[in-house]
Amino acid sequence: MALPTYASPVERVWHYAFHIICALIFLFLIAPILVIIPLSFNVEPYFTFTSGMLAFDPEAYSLRWYRDFINNPQWIHSIENSVFIGIASTILATVLGTVAALGLSRPEMPFRNLFMGILLSPMIVPLIISAAGMYFFYSNIHLAQTHLGIILAHTALGTPFVVITVTATLVGFDHSLTRAAASLGADPTTTFFKIIMPLILPGVVSGALFAFITSFDEVVVVLFLAGFDQRTIPRQMWAGIREQISPTILAVATLLVLISIMLLATVELLRRRSVRIRGIVE
Amino acid sequence: MAENGTAFVRFVDVQKSYDGETLVVKNLNLDIAQGEFVTMLGPSGSGKTTCLMMLAGFETATHGEIFLDGTPINNVPPHKRDIGMVFQNYALFPHMTVAENLAFPLQVRKLSRGETEDRVKKALDMVQLGEFGARRPAQLSGGQQQRVALARALVFEPKLVLMDEPLGALDKQLRETMQYEIKHIHESLGVTVVYVTHDQTEALTMSDRVAVFNDGIIQQLAPPVDLYEQPENSFVAQFIGENNKLSGRIASVEDNVCVAEVAGSTVRALAVNVGGAGEATTLSLRPERVFIEPDEGALPNIFEAKVKELIFLGDHVRTRLDVCGNDEFIVKVPNASGHVHLRPGATTRVGWQIEDCRALDAA
Repeated sequence: MALPTYASPVERVWHYAFHIICALIFLFLIAPILVIIPLSFNVEPYFTFTSGMLAFDPEAYSLRWYRDFINNPQWIHSIENSVFIGIASTILATVLGTVAALGLSRPEMPFRNLFMGILLSPMIVPLIISAAGMYFFYSNIHLAQTHLGIILAHTALGTPFVVITVTATLVGFDHSLTRAAASLGADPTTTFFKIIMPLILPGVVSGALFAFITSFDEVVVVLFLAGFDQRTIPRQMWAGIREQISPTILAVATLLVLISIMLLATVELLRRRSVRIRGIVE
Repeated sequence: MAENGTAFVRFVDVQKSYDGETLVVKNLNLDIAQGEFVTMLGPSGSGKTTCLMMLAGFETATHGEIFLDGTPINNVPPHKRDIGMVFQNYALFPHMTVAENLAFPLQVRKLSRGETEDRVKKALDMVQLGEFGARRPAQLSGGQQQRVALARALVFEPKLVLMDEPLGALDKQLRETMQYEIKHIHESLGVTVVYVTHDQTEALTMSDRVAVFNDGIIQQLAPPVDLYEQPENSFVAQFIGENNKLSGRIASVEDNVCVAEVAGSTVRALAVNVGGAGEATTLSLRPERVFIEPDEGALPNIFEAKVKELIFLGDHVRTRLDVCGNDEFIVKVPNASGHVHLRPGATTRVGWQIEDCRALDAA
């Protein structure tokens, strides 16, 4: 957005002020995350920059906390838990959310808004309330302190994202394609996998990604439901801050940021590639 | 069905209601022979598309039975009916190439790879798109997309093809080219076609028979020529082609000729669809069947006319007259050498034959 030649002085000032304000907002959003990265290489067990770090003294930097992280069986166990719970709940949430969105987008669906509201409620109800409710409910049916319990809880939290993204994709979906497929002899299952699925895939993938991230950085429900065996990465970080203040969590946080960036970039690349190959006009 | 062994598609007493109260299709009976090109023509909301959707299996009949090749198909799901369909918006799969779109019905039928490729190539050649197999639908023009849709509906060699206003989205010139193309394909393949449109020109140029729909009822089912020349009721007369309408009352009926009083004048007409003396009637008369300034006594119907408006259209002059109280009376005066020159406001005489003026129901 270049400045037009007829811009008045006020407009010129505003034009630059606007860019500065935007830059400040970005800084505010991202600074807490960026600060973690250099701190994770601190040689001292502190959460602040030492004078050596500020002077760029190589002696002040180390991979000490990364080594600590790799050699700590508790951390390794929490990674295993996070990945397992994350993937399992993502698969469940994606399947259930996609099917729900398909059903909800059918014109003959009765009470559509009611069902939509119920499905989206885990996103709207304060998490602490859901978590407390799940705690009491799951305790009664022996799901508390089990992996299955946390997977189901995270599925409930992740499903709304899938429902929303897939519903959004279905808004532009041409339902005569389904009819065309049927007229060409494809049964409903074939139609779903060959016609509907490829076309709503971008929505399904981004929904799945949101569901995974929801599970991956969820701590409230885990605090209520997880026993020692089900500790996930966020739960372990919580413990790290409260119990044994150690910069190891900074190393973990840095790794998580990297993983998140890679995940998002991969998905975006895949999406662009599929758009290009399929020749879909957006 | 013995008496109707030739019917390939049969609608028997078919009714359709969406809300359980009003009937969109009222008691439809229709027989279509194998290889026939039948068009369902009518204004929007007349039930024609609903009939097509019931035949395709996307809507279920509330009452009655539909037969395909002698078998009732009410309980056969759409994908097992083996009926090709062309949609108004083409409905090509955007994530597949043209060739993949065409191969889709063959793959679900588990044809061998070689056979699939052969048939796809043949179908593409048939619609003159042999070079376009690797393109995506989005890279084609509207006309090309419609050709692909047509090829896709034919590639698995269905015995019946349904077309739901397939040319509706194309411009006029392309539409005319496609009409001939569809007609030629129909003739060369011998496939049965049921075609839905609201465009009467399309219906008249392409069809073996046309079913004119209005208000959920087939008003008339006839070959295009009969439909134009011998409409059976005033809706069909008004809907197909241009028509002069004179509203009057029957004075007397004798054999197939009736005398009607129209705004003080006495008009002799062919009694087609009229009640007895005293009943209201609508006389229907094609603009090209009216003579300007006929010789005295040469025609049984001759009336005074006042010229209201002249529109020059090149090959003919469209003349609007006031005849028998109807000031929307249109006459086409051919631009032949020595034709009558009229001026607005002038008074002239017009006349017509008894058999060109059909007395129909009052609408």
